[in-house]
Amino acid sequence: MTATATEPGRAGATRDDRVASRSLAARLLSRPEVGSLIGAIVIFLLFMAVAVPFRNIANVGTILYGASTIGIMAVPVGLLMIGGEFDLSAGVAATTSGLSASLIAWNLGLNVWVGVILALVVSVAVGAFNGWLLFKTGLPSFLVTLGTFFILQGVNLGVTRLLTGNVATADISDMDGFVSAQKVFGSEITLGPVTLKVTVLYWVVLTLIAAYVLLRTRVGNWIFAVGGDSAAARAVGVPVKATKIGLFMAVGFCAWLSGMHLLFQFNTVQSGEGVGKEFIFIIAAVIGGCLLTGGYGSVIGASIGALIFGMTQLGINYAGWNPDWFKTFLGVMLLLATVVNVYVKLKADRR
Amino acid sequence: MSSATVERHDAAHSDTPILTLDDVGKSYGNVHALRGVSLNVRQGEVTCVLGDNGAGKSTLIKIISGLHEHTDGTMTLDGVECRFPSPRAAQASGIATVYQDLALAPLMSVWRNFFLGNEIHKGLFRTLDIARMKRICDEELAKMGIIIPDLDRPVGGLSGGQRQCIAIARAIYFGARVIILDEPTAALGVKQSGVVLRYIVKARDAGLGVIFITHNPHHAHLVGNHFVILKLGRVVLDAHRDELTLEQLTTEMAGGQELAELSHELRGVDPGKVVTPAEVEHGQVEAPARPQEEEPSA
Repeated sequence: MTATATEPGRAGATRDDRVASRSLAARLLSRPEVGSLIGAIVIFLLFMAVAVPFRNIANVGTILYGASTIGIMAVPVGLLMIGGEFDLSAGVAATTSGLSASLIAWNLGLNVWVGVILALVVSVAVGAFNGWLLFKTGLPSFLVTLGTFFILQGVNLGVTRLLTGNVATADISDMDGFVSAQKVFGSEITLGPVTLKVTVLYWVVLTLIAAYVLLRTRVGNWIFAVGGDSAAARAVGVPVKATKIGLFMAVGFCAWLSGMHLLFQFNTVQSGEGVGKEFIFIIAAVIGGCLLTGGYGSVIGASIGALIFGMTQLGINYAGWNPDWFKTFLGVMLLLATVVNVYVKLKADRR
Repeated sequence: MSSATVERHDAAHSDTPILTLDDVGKSYGNVHALRGVSLNVRQGEVTCVLGDNGAGKSTLIKIISGLHEHTDGTMTLDGVECRFPSPRAAQASGIATVYQDLALAPLMSVWRNFFLGNEIHKGLFRTLDIARMKRICDEELAKMGIIIPDLDRPVGGLSGGQRQCIAIARAIYFGARVIILDEPTAALGVKQSGVVLRYIVKARDAGLGVIFITHNPHHAHLVGNHFVILKLGRVVLDAHRDELTLEQLTTEMAGGQELAELSHELRGVDPGKVVTPAEVEHGQVEAPARPQEEEPSA
């Protein structure tokens, strides 16, 4: 057969006139984090209007602190959700990390830093275990991590009581290395009238790194792909298992960071802590535009979700409202944010 | 099995094969999806794999593209025996595949899909070179005859033909040695099928070995150099285009003897006219010529 293929170059290429290019505004509005940004502004204006102490600049530090403790976990949980998986054990895993560091250092009489490093190993291993189990069993991550959630909850309580006869760890503030470790995980910086906890710094740095990885590196491309269509991702050569297990390990790392803060902020860790936090992280990520089905979302959005959470938590107090209603408020906000996200996206896509 | 002409055509005009499958089989437990398949893919040749549904075409390409490992026989690439534990390994050996489901992530943008798994990065922090990737993507798509004004658009919002073009352009751009196309024309209209076929010829002329999987003998005969027909997991025909006419190919593809029997059987049933088409008043739309669509029950 003679090759009579005409060169279908530029000249043959026809611009489909049914597809118009979109305006800049439409493109900006279709970003996943737009809904959460609008939400954050609305919440901010609301509490500025009704809560007098909210206007006090000195309270910025407190609000940001509340946001940062959630944000440190909401960022990796958001990444994981974009990668198509859940981690319900994230809240309890932070407690596990704090307990491990404290128990190891106290019971073996070691330098606190040894406990801190071993806790990191434990936390990352828990993350890797979640990922490994996911592929080994083929079950949805919701079930797998629900399992680890209960396992860790029991282990936290059981091991702590076994080793200390108590439900909390002993005070480690007089041990070697405590002072330097507290500087790293629990210190604060004063900027004028604002006192910032070191967690705020970690939160901002984590958000920036995660946003960079997600949008500007190949691993980020893989995260979107494994969440959007993992079969397609595997077919074109994306290491699906490594990407997902890596994401679970990132959650483990951040659980360690937040567990260390827990420990060095209060010198002791309550073994029952952290239950229920996992949903707060997921809520922050969803408010930030992460799809529950994966493949779409933003870590900047997840961080804004955490900020909304921080503002609401304190705003309700400052406004003098009954804090019993906080969770109700949170639920309503989750629904509103999701509806706004979907609405804004639809509008932007139609332009 | 029908009296198929199982003849081997020795490569007289082409050099040694890039990819050779020798007696390859695949079993899922006690189900033998593929048995004793031998196949040669040569540089600058289009090898067409034809077969009806369930013939084992998909299993065959899954083995070559690394989605499944074969359980019997050997596969050799450039004379070296190989097996691909993952699609990534197959790609690293220069084998790119256009899957029937296209393997595109619907929520990701056009350029991100195009470079998925093969991202270009630069600098110390291995930052994605987005500008370069977008430019290459735009150029490659333009060569296929489509221009997407906004490469940041998610692939899910594009038409089926556009998505097909993206998947093919991607495979041609990254396929260094062998490119596999699994039913690329099945979901396309006439015009776009033409574009795809032209691209198969172009990839062949560029020196790639092309494996074209289809159940349309007309499309296969337009571009194929070599034809392999699979039936129930076995090769029933392996012939060069010199040895075959389109009619023979169609007949073999449809199962030769079986088709003759079927046509004989159906000829006995006179469809006839059940109702006369309603008279159309002048000025209204003409009723199209009515094809015989009466049920062919014996």
